[in-house]
Amino acid sequence: MIELIGIEKSYGALNVLKGVSLSVARGDVVCIIGPSGSGKSTLLRCINYLEEPEAGTIMLAGVPAYRDIVNGRMFPRPRAEIDATRRDLGMVFQDFNLFPHLTVMRNITEAPITVCRVPRAEAEKRAVSLLERVGLADKVDAYPEELSGGQKQRVAIARALAMGPKAMLFDEPTSALDPELVGEVLEVMRSLAADGMTMIVVTHEMGFARQVADRVIFMDQGQIVEDAPPEQFFTAPAMARTRSFLRSVNPASAG
Amino acid sequence: MELLNFSVVTQYYDVLLRGFGITIAMTLAVITMSLVLAVPVALARMSNSFLIRLVSGIYVEVLRGTPLVLQLVYIYFVLPGVGIRLNGMVAAILALTLHYTAYLSEVYRAGILSVPKGQWQAASALGMSRSRAFIRIILPQAVRTVTPALGNYFISLFKDTALASVVTVQELLFSGQIIAARTYQYFTIYTVCMIMYFSVGYPAAIFVRWLEKRTSSGYARKRCYTKGKAA
Repeated sequence: MIELIGIEKSYGALNVLKGVSLSVARGDVVCIIGPSGSGKSTLLRCINYLEEPEAGTIMLAGVPAYRDIVNGRMFPRPRAEIDATRRDLGMVFQDFNLFPHLTVMRNITEAPITVCRVPRAEAEKRAVSLLERVGLADKVDAYPEELSGGQKQRVAIARALAMGPKAMLFDEPTSALDPELVGEVLEVMRSLAADGMTMIVVTHEMGFARQVADRVIFMDQGQIVEDAPPEQFFTAPAMARTRSFLRSVNPASAG
Repeated sequence: MELLNFSVVTQYYDVLLRGFGITIAMTLAVITMSLVLAVPVALARMSNSFLIRLVSGIYVEVLRGTPLVLQLVYIYFVLPGVGIRLNGMVAAILALTLHYTAYLSEVYRAGILSVPKGQWQAASALGMSRSRAFIRIILPQAVRTVTPALGNYFISLFKDTALASVVTVQELLFSGQIIAARTYQYFTIYTVCMIMYFSVGYPAAIFVRWLEKRTSSGYARKRCYTKGKAA
């Protein structure tokens, strides 16, 4: 359902992505791990066009998204079409990016109401059920600054789900959290995965990757180094670079 | 002759009040127009097009880099030379609006740039268009940040309306000048004028200080009242 072909991206002289290809099937949970600067967040942001790759094709549900290539030249689609495509992809950010001037309720209903023209009453009903799902039904009228980091991130997940996305992108969703708050966010993500949501998760949570992912991808220096089911990935990685990375993040268990 | 002569004040209070009314009306007119006009100017300053950035940049820098009183005189005395004849009031409102629009656009620009990039990204990721994200997400946060700064500009605008006396607008200062010239009661008349300006300017300054405090205390605070009611 999501297919990336030969994605390249650079900032000035720095090649962040060097022709990355990746295919994610419907209902799959793919975790991307790797050292910082490996390009994993940039890759994720290319999928919903928050970053515009210089080369390569992004296919969503079998059709090229965001731009057309005619005679080898790229033509970006109109902004309205890009915006429409993004609605199918929920995005969760490392630092939440909740709207601080809106209550939890309005954070969740803003886009459905203004972008999708969902009637307010219906959008609010849906928001309440999403908040129940992430365990925050009592926070409807709170402002983001009144919430803990874990609660903020759960609201951010509810906000993304409110658009009815076909897939969810997570950009290091637990990296900005205090350790004791990581679990509650992972729990919500786990239940999403159990419900069959297609998910691409950039993370440092090896335990989550191991238990929940269908595939684990290791990225280094702008390339995919290893792409394997979690059991194989964590117990018998094929590449030396993967092994040394796993050793460095968890000296005790990897080997 | 005594320094303070209140009979002059009772005799001419209607002239002073009329002038005061014009001062207030000019202030409100200029506030309204420059508050609105400054938004497109701020956006033009951040435009992707070099030409739009250049033109708006020249406008802002020229108006910020020259004296307001000269701009006023320029509009009133120079424009007639090219066939544009404006009465004093229109010229004054136009000059003040152009001048304050330039300043407010810079305030807005700073406010817009102070909103974290992640807010744009979150809005985009939810499928909002750039313009919707700007109006619903970015602008409310920017306005809140810059409200105290705007307040300070409005106070100085209120005082700057006195410059309109240069182009024959009978606002408070000019009304005072007329009465003083007629009665020679400079001390009394100008003291009363000063008190009248101060009676608006000082409470306004206190209000802005209160706004500053309130703005820095976060978004949830405004809800405290409702919370108490519910409990």
